[in-house]
Amino acid sequence: MTTTVTRGLSPARQVLANGAIVLVQETAFSPAVTISASFRAGSLYEPDDLTGLAWLLARVIDRGTATRSADSIAEALDDRGVALKVSTNRHALTASCTCLAEDFPEMLALLSDIVREPVFPQDQLEKRRAETVSLIRQDQDNPAVRASEALQSLLYGPAHPYGRPAKGHIETIEHVTREDLVTFHARRFAPGSFTLVVVGDVSAARAMDQVTAAFDSWKAASASDRAVPPIAAATSRRETRIAMTGKSQTDVAYGFTTITRLDPRFYAYWMMNNILGQFGLGGRLAENIRERQGMAYYAFSAFDPSLGPGPLVIRAGVDPRNVDRAVAAIDAEVGALGREGPTDRELAETRQFLIGSVPRMLETNQGIATFLHTAEFFGLGLDFDRRLPSLLHAVTMDEVRAAAADVLDPERASLAIAGPPASARSESETPFGAARSDAG
Amino acid sequence: MAVPALALDQPAVREARLDNGLKILIQEVHTAPLVSVWCWYRVGSGDERPGHTGVSHWVEHMNFKGTTNIPRDEMKGIVERFGGAWNGYTWIDQTTYLETAGSDALDTLLFIEAERMAHGLYEPEECESERTVIISELQGGENDPDQLLDTEVTATAFRAHPYRHPTIGWIEDLRSMTRDDLYGYYRRYYVPDNATLVVVGDVDREDVLRRAEAHFGRIPAGSPPVRRRAVEPNQIGERRVLIEREGTTGYVKFAWHAPAATDPDFFPMLVLDAALTGAKGTNIWSSFRGAPPQRKARLYTALVERGLASSISGSLVATAEPFIYSISLTAMEGTALSSLEAAALDAIERVRERGLSDEEVARARRQLKARLVFETDSVTNIAHQLGYFDTVVGNGFVHGMRPAVDAVTTQQVNDVATRRLAREKRTTGWFQPLERRA
Repeated sequence: MTTTVTRGLSPARQVLANGAIVLVQETAFSPAVTISASFRAGSLYEPDDLTGLAWLLARVIDRGTATRSADSIAEALDDRGVALKVSTNRHALTASCTCLAEDFPEMLALLSDIVREPVFPQDQLEKRRAETVSLIRQDQDNPAVRASEALQSLLYGPAHPYGRPAKGHIETIEHVTREDLVTFHARRFAPGSFTLVVVGDVSAARAMDQVTAAFDSWKAASASDRAVPPIAAATSRRETRIAMTGKSQTDVAYGFTTITRLDPRFYAYWMMNNILGQFGLGGRLAENIRERQGMAYYAFSAFDPSLGPGPLVIRAGVDPRNVDRAVAAIDAEVGALGREGPTDRELAETRQFLIGSVPRMLETNQGIATFLHTAEFFGLGLDFDRRLPSLLHAVTMDEVRAAAADVLDPERASLAIAGPPASARSESETPFGAARSDAG
Repeated sequence: MAVPALALDQPAVREARLDNGLKILIQEVHTAPLVSVWCWYRVGSGDERPGHTGVSHWVEHMNFKGTTNIPRDEMKGIVERFGGAWNGYTWIDQTTYLETAGSDALDTLLFIEAERMAHGLYEPEECESERTVIISELQGGENDPDQLLDTEVTATAFRAHPYRHPTIGWIEDLRSMTRDDLYGYYRRYYVPDNATLVVVGDVDREDVLRRAEAHFGRIPAGSPPVRRRAVEPNQIGERRVLIEREGTTGYVKFAWHAPAATDPDFFPMLVLDAALTGAKGTNIWSSFRGAPPQRKARLYTALVERGLASSISGSLVATAEPFIYSISLTAMEGTALSSLEAAALDAIERVRERGLSDEEVARARRQLKARLVFETDSVTNIAHQLGYFDTVVGNGFVHGMRPAVDAVTTQQVNDVATRRLAREKRTTGWFQPLERRA
């Protein structure tokens, strides 16, 4: 094993006869392997009256197959120290784990069984359903989640797949039947919607053979894809406030809808967002709200485009008495960058930072797996890590200015604010605090 | 043929000490063009005195606010120029600063850390501005009921030892401390003979040493205070704390006094925790972020699989002096906290009375050994582990962890369960949610 990623990735890619896509990247860092299986089975594909179905399916899919009980799966994972994580987003469901290199064949076989032959035992559905209801109840008590979900709903509408909460609602979760899981699995889990990424201390050739043996015989018809429903961009400012007594801090979520990942303006938007709310401690937003005004521990923005127009979301957590000041500061920064664009120095620094970040994105096996999934999902190419610097180099000041002007208009912002009413917090309340804490 | 980098390989670590006492640990890892630089200080919230709680963490924040030769405006962007990420954290025994960036950044990163050690500015207006940032950080933590409960349970478990107060500090102290309190603390503890510099990545060891000497060599040695902490008296009866607050979800937390990292009980306890709640490993920078393998763990099967808890977790961290071992339970919607507590104690008592099986202990050991591999999966994580254990426990400890886990016997695990998880050693906390006012 001599492969390193010093000069960029060199993944082996193969399309199996049934259409499944396999990517293998050898790394020599430690005797471990990350396996990540992804399907086009995210929340976009849920029936409209079963919001949260994909989330719930992700919690039950690994709890029993045609040949393995929940207990034997538990034993196989726990005996090897493996934590299998099944997660969903708007478009994809991804099952991934990291195991010792010596355990790779067994874990690959287990993962194959789980995604191909789940039986969704009724008792497991009930347990995981009850957990999900409890998690939704926890979210209802979390000002950050409440503000973020309310903003998504404002931006996209409560029925749009991008506007609904990933975990669904208690009412919809309570209605999911075993039959719904079986049907969703049958429709969405097929070789044609499947990408498997393997990264780590394996031989690419041997891993490719093992993966082929595990998945080659799988035949299942892929369902037709579903387009992201159209959205209506905001034409005026919208705001919603959620009162949560008993909390100490108010969470502000402020945002816009933007573009798709495949839009040619993507790189300009990426740089614009980095300047607004990422660079350093959190771009211009943190410089103003945290550094100059001392108002918040965190203030940042996140840009999350996908096959549909993703959101640009600004977040800050502030003292309830400072909400208006914080919103005014966000308006000021958004307005200024939208009107004037960045300075030459900001653009140069951001460009240099993003280009220089590429090796760090690939620091861990998990990081490489995520990068390869993204490249495959959006068709960016096997050499995307090597092309990325030149793509960022090519972005002009005019393009970044245009991106800022397109989106950053306080008059069209949507805001969701969750926390205690300004007068509710008394100065004499018992103090409690964080244990470990990061500066950034 | 290149030799694969073994994540934590003792012979691969070059150790040196400058004349001023600065300890340096270097490991070359050439798998990617990256370097991770960490500067560790043997000071944390366990070194604070009453009235000054939170000073270590506030000082950490101030150390990102500019130095004599790096004005605040230039601090921003200096690491980013190399595509780097930076951060820092403070906990009970340690404060640390890190950057991971392209390996061509090495000299700049060493310069930043040397500046941070010797030339912090502590402008009065910056101290004031940071006061409210930290209070905001504290208030954000209060929004999380589990964190609130954690703070209360920890404060209840300790009578005398300074591990009792939260690292962020008590709010009245944060309101009253002055710039001089911060600066004085900084000058006492931020000296080369109280620090360990760790460099891991695509570097040459001798080159790192030369550069470290150039940047740090002229910083004078200090006289770091000798650590004298109160000894926690033996707990002789169960303690309880009840928080009743608006919320939606109930939480139960248990804490017992834990062995320090160097205590012979530490590794048996780590294995016990793995058997009860799943193995997390030992890297507090990365390992505690995702759920551990725990489906066969005693408390998972007793509480989550039986529908009483929606999640369970355990926490045993390597510390310089005895901290706490905690078990945290999130109540399933509709489960009374009394039922959840009773079921958890029943499962724990069964372990104490009848012991774990050899099979369970063997599984826990295997899990831990796998986690020791997973938690050193990057130059950043290797550097964390080298610096953390050197600062908190002492040199060499980190390399002995795998054999130490291997050597743990079923009898040792059952013995620590019986001795250490006794009722009279326990602090139990409840977060009982109240209906939110309309």
